[in-house]
Amino acid sequence: MADLILEMKNITKEFPGVKALDNVNLKVERGEIHALVGENGAGKSTLMNVLSGTYPYGTYTGDIVYNGKVCQFKTLHDSETEGIVIIHQELALIPELSIGENMFLGNERKGKFGIDWDRTYHEAETHMRQVGLKEEATTLIKDIGTGKQQLVEIAKALSKQVKLLILDEPTSSLNEEDAKMLLDLLLHFKQEGMTSIIISHKLNEISYVADKITVIRDGATIETIDNSERNINEARIIQGMVGRELSDRYPAREHKISDQIGMEVRNWTVHHPLYTEKKVVDGVSFNVHRGEIVGFSGLQGAGRTELAMSIFGRSYGADISGEVLIDGKPQTLKTARDAIEAGLAYVTEDRKGNGLILTESIAKNTTMARLEKVCNNGIIDVDKENAVAEEYKDKLRTKTPSVQQNVGNLSGGNQQKVLLSKWMFADPEVLILDEPTRGIDVGAKYEIYCIMNDLVAQGKSVVMISSEMPELLGMCDRIYVMNEGRLVAEMPAAEATQEKIMAAILQSDKK
Amino acid sequence: MKTKAFIKKYTMVIALCVVFILFAVLTGGRLLYPQNLSNLLLQNAYVLVMACGMLLCILTGGNIDLSVGSTVCLVGAIAAQLLATDRMSPILVILICLLLSVIIGVWQGFWIGNVHIPPFICTLAGMFLFRGLGRAILGSKTVAISNKSFLNIFASYIAVPGLDDGEKKWSAFIAGIIIAALLLVNTVRSRAHKAKKGYKQVSAASEFGKIIVIDALVLYYTWKLANYKGIPVMALWVLAVVLIYAFITSKTAFGRYFYAVGGNEKATKLSGINTNFVYFMAYTSMSLLAGLSGLLMAARIGSVNGDTGNSFEMDAIGSCFIGGASAYGGSGTVPGIMVGAILLGVINQGMSIIGLDNNWQYVVKGAVLLIAVIFDVVSNHKTGKAG
Repeated sequence: MADLILEMKNITKEFPGVKALDNVNLKVERGEIHALVGENGAGKSTLMNVLSGTYPYGTYTGDIVYNGKVCQFKTLHDSETEGIVIIHQELALIPELSIGENMFLGNERKGKFGIDWDRTYHEAETHMRQVGLKEEATTLIKDIGTGKQQLVEIAKALSKQVKLLILDEPTSSLNEEDAKMLLDLLLHFKQEGMTSIIISHKLNEISYVADKITVIRDGATIETIDNSERNINEARIIQGMVGRELSDRYPAREHKISDQIGMEVRNWTVHHPLYTEKKVVDGVSFNVHRGEIVGFSGLQGAGRTELAMSIFGRSYGADISGEVLIDGKPQTLKTARDAIEAGLAYVTEDRKGNGLILTESIAKNTTMARLEKVCNNGIIDVDKENAVAEEYKDKLRTKTPSVQQNVGNLSGGNQQKVLLSKWMFADPEVLILDEPTRGIDVGAKYEIYCIMNDLVAQGKSVVMISSEMPELLGMCDRIYVMNEGRLVAEMPAAEATQEKIMAAILQSDKK
Repeated sequence: MKTKAFIKKYTMVIALCVVFILFAVLTGGRLLYPQNLSNLLLQNAYVLVMACGMLLCILTGGNIDLSVGSTVCLVGAIAAQLLATDRMSPILVILICLLLSVIIGVWQGFWIGNVHIPPFICTLAGMFLFRGLGRAILGSKTVAISNKSFLNIFASYIAVPGLDDGEKKWSAFIAGIIIAALLLVNTVRSRAHKAKKGYKQVSAASEFGKIIVIDALVLYYTWKLANYKGIPVMALWVLAVVLIYAFITSKTAFGRYFYAVGGNEKATKLSGINTNFVYFMAYTSMSLLAGLSGLLMAARIGSVNGDTGNSFEMDAIGSCFIGGASAYGGSGTVPGIMVGAILLGVINQGMSIIGLDNNWQYVVKGAVLLIAVIFDVVSNHKTGKAG
């Protein structure tokens, strides 16, 4: 009989109109790393919210047996007292406070008179060393990178005497190096007897780190796969997630690259908006042909997003210099409006923050970048707007009951499709897609790839920025590699490998 | 479930009905006297007008304009002093005053939209600035307005010779009949249009039910007006402003931008929309309407003093929030805030007729505002976040 730390029995959770979880069962053994996988909206996060008390006892049915006794968590605090700590995808740290202050927020180390700061920072640093974080505890959160912030969250969990750590998409905003470090840290804690549950879309990470993999589909547990021998490959997991075998993860495409250059950028230099002496992008020149997908690889902070946004109507940075040519014609793009009119589109990596209005309908979001196309003399033709939204909904196969649905109610993959609809409706010649598949599931990724293929088949140019190297290798014709604001390599995708890209980055670091 | 949805959708309308009936009973029916119903509109004309402008500001992200009460005073003061010199035609005075309001708006819009001064602080400064300027122009005195044609433009009643000579001002009721008929015809036409295109539409019973209730109210109200002095000219000004703003916010691309900025400013900017200009226009239009309200007030009272327009900003802001505008921006409609403004107006009027102490009127108004916003936040919290 295995030593179970947690057993969730027949958990059913309903929201008005939807059954998010339907008799879900989950068994986690003490000291293992248990992965939870499934498409977006499958119910993984809901299940973890039930466990942590975010959805209090009574709003769901079924039992949570933790350490052999049935628990009835009413608040997050109840579950934390028992040693269950959840770290959400969106980090819950306050940028303007120090690492130490964040770590003990709501759990302050009190002295005789108010907070004992010496003890706070001392304890904070003890936990920070445990996660291998070499910073001062007085450093402000906003001054460290996302990777380190993630470590602070884990250190914070340690300070709460965590027994069962739950990580929701911990690596989605990390580059490969930081992600690897985080996973190794989890393996290290496992040696020390900690149990973790990890939710992730990155299947290679899961097969690397997890002992057991539970697949959830449509609010129900499908199967639990044993990976203690590390012999489960990604294809096997995907099969469980989508219920069929996805033989090819990248759709095939006829490579019909035109000689015509869609966009050319020459000697592009951008300075940091606040620290204006710092060059974020340094003398970058590149081009993309019509009918071509060009990839940009690099680590977090390499300057790829900054390059894209500064080209797109100077939406980022200060003191920008360089030339942009679209279809051979030089352009001065001073505002986003100029860029859109010149035939450029920038599909942001941050769809919730910079891309969509979550409180508005799909229809209103779809037309936003080119509202004038559904207007007569400034008056919106609502019928036409809805027809357009319907058209793109069908074309991109967005799953929604109606285009009047608020975008905030959609899953990540469908939100991404709405974002793509918005920019396809703007009818650009050159699309810059920044992390177009971040945080979305395998099925939706495939559909996004198909859309990209359609776009280039129509003779458009696509620039794809991605932190997932396999995706760049699978989709692009050519790959540029950036590091610290500079272009360090260019290679045809056919000749590129993950090793070559990493080598290019590392070599440039040495210089 | 269906009644629940109905109640949620028309919460404030239902609240308005309840409050109205309550005060009708409490005042022993005096609230329903033609004179009182007519005054209900006139006394709240400035709120209705300014709430429209305030809605645009609030839409951009819960931003408010604190300076509007002072703008009312400043513009009213200038109008009174110019009219007192008796050298200018009233039309010219009105144009100068409206131009001045726009300049005040450009001043605030520039700082808020282009320099990114927080609206709360910028308009707080404006509140002091314009109040002080207004008082200085008045020389700390009350300046009376005696120019007949100026008063006629804002504060007279429509009298059609032949129709309105007797006790009953028939023109008011005829206008009511025409409006009611137009509303009905419009509904029929829009349904026919939708049916032709095969669009989904709400059931005939509920749509016609709604329009019949509205028509009945229009007829009732214009009948009451006919029994008093007829249609006040001020009603036409209010109606014009309300219709224009309702049109802009619901039908135009320009209006859509205000919702977009409040919904997600960064995404709006990256969609190629000039967000600075959106802020600029919100505050420019707000000041223009505040200036217009200043003229309406000056004409209605017949004089302007240093306290004219005091705390008007609170009425305008309160109407918006009671009427369902989100305190975080991005949602709110002109019909909604009209209901909010009228609700506040009925409470004011009712309490005055009962003779409730002025101090307690503040307490009641504060409580109503808080309850409305609590209701909004709680009901959105319950339904908005699940799933």
